[in-house]
Amino acid sequence: MSQTITVGISDLNVVRAPDVLVTYALGSCVGICLYDASTKVAGLSHIMLPSSKQAPTSVNQPFKFADTAVELLIRKMESLGGRRALLKAKIAGGAQMFSGMSNSTIANIGQRNVAAVKMELIRQKIPILAEDTGKNYGRTLFLTAEDGMMRIKSANKGEWVW
Amino acid sequence: MERQLKHLEDLNDLHMDVLREIGNIGSGNAASALSTMLDRPVDISVPRVRILDYNEVTESLGGPEELLVGLLLSLSGDVTGMMMFLLHKDFAHMVISTLTGEEMPNMGDLDEFSSSAIQEVGNIMAASYVNAIASLTSLTIDISPPDLCVDMVGAILSVPAIYFGNIGDKIIFIEDELDKSDDRKSSHILMIPEMDSLAKIMANLGLESI
Repeated sequence: MSQTITVGISDLNVVRAPDVLVTYALGSCVGICLYDASTKVAGLSHIMLPSSKQAPTSVNQPFKFADTAVELLIRKMESLGGRRALLKAKIAGGAQMFSGMSNSTIANIGQRNVAAVKMELIRQKIPILAEDTGKNYGRTLFLTAEDGMMRIKSANKGEWVW
Repeated sequence: MERQLKHLEDLNDLHMDVLREIGNIGSGNAASALSTMLDRPVDISVPRVRILDYNEVTESLGGPEELLVGLLLSLSGDVTGMMMFLLHKDFAHMVISTLTGEEMPNMGDLDEFSSSAIQEVGNIMAASYVNAIASLTSLTIDISPPDLCVDMVGAILSVPAIYFGNIGDKIIFIEDELDKSDDRKSSHILMIPEMDSLAKIMANLGLESI
């Protein structure tokens, strides 16, 4: 029996095959899937913001930020037997939900989240095999630990498999 | 010794009562503006003031994948933050068909005419809400034009979550249910003020120090 483990906003989790990870309704947030095919260990992180460095000290949740969550996700995968050197990534989300947002803090935040995730993955030397990012709609993401498949479901635009 | 309102944890029961009353007055005005536009009664519930983790917010609104019509407005002036209307599709449908005499197209596929109708409704309701609060508190509150998004509520709410996620790990909002009846899922008005705006509101009502 495979279990489905939910990853909330600014949260992360890891599973082994045959389990499945899911994060619901990514808007401007980004879902980062990491997968080690040799051990069938999968990890999923749901980040909200690009960088922990500009955040005030009242914000100290490292799973919230692209620059801190990826390393923590890798370590958690290693503790389940995943191998850092073999990790491959797939990413999704980073949409612009509201087209006319004039507020400077959140204008283009989706785009900035995606850029920050890519920077961090490059820094970690993890290749990105697939991305389903940007545009203007929400995405629910499933990551299957059996084969590393990322399935994206939207409210109105259909479903995709990566 | 008196402390200043700096964090959500500093809010006491009296402050929460004041915020509920603000929700009551604001939503009451917004609902009566809507009622005038539609020429039919629009009910509102007793407002709730909630301090929640981001994950709890979507759960409290029907689950992250619930398809809703979201209207988002930025607040500026003395009070900064956001205001959101999350409308159930049946409700949005009723509003659009009452105002335009036309059926609403499929969800997620609103044409320009229906979009601007629903945005205008949001604009008038938000203006009624904030004007009531502005005169109550003698503060200036400006609203941006409403921005529209029809999608999963979790994805819609990622926008205020990200905005407030930069500031803290929890979010405070004054919530009111609109037109709740047994046969229809409810629609919501959310007022999401920033912490220093809460302090200003309390100060102008003579309640800042704890």
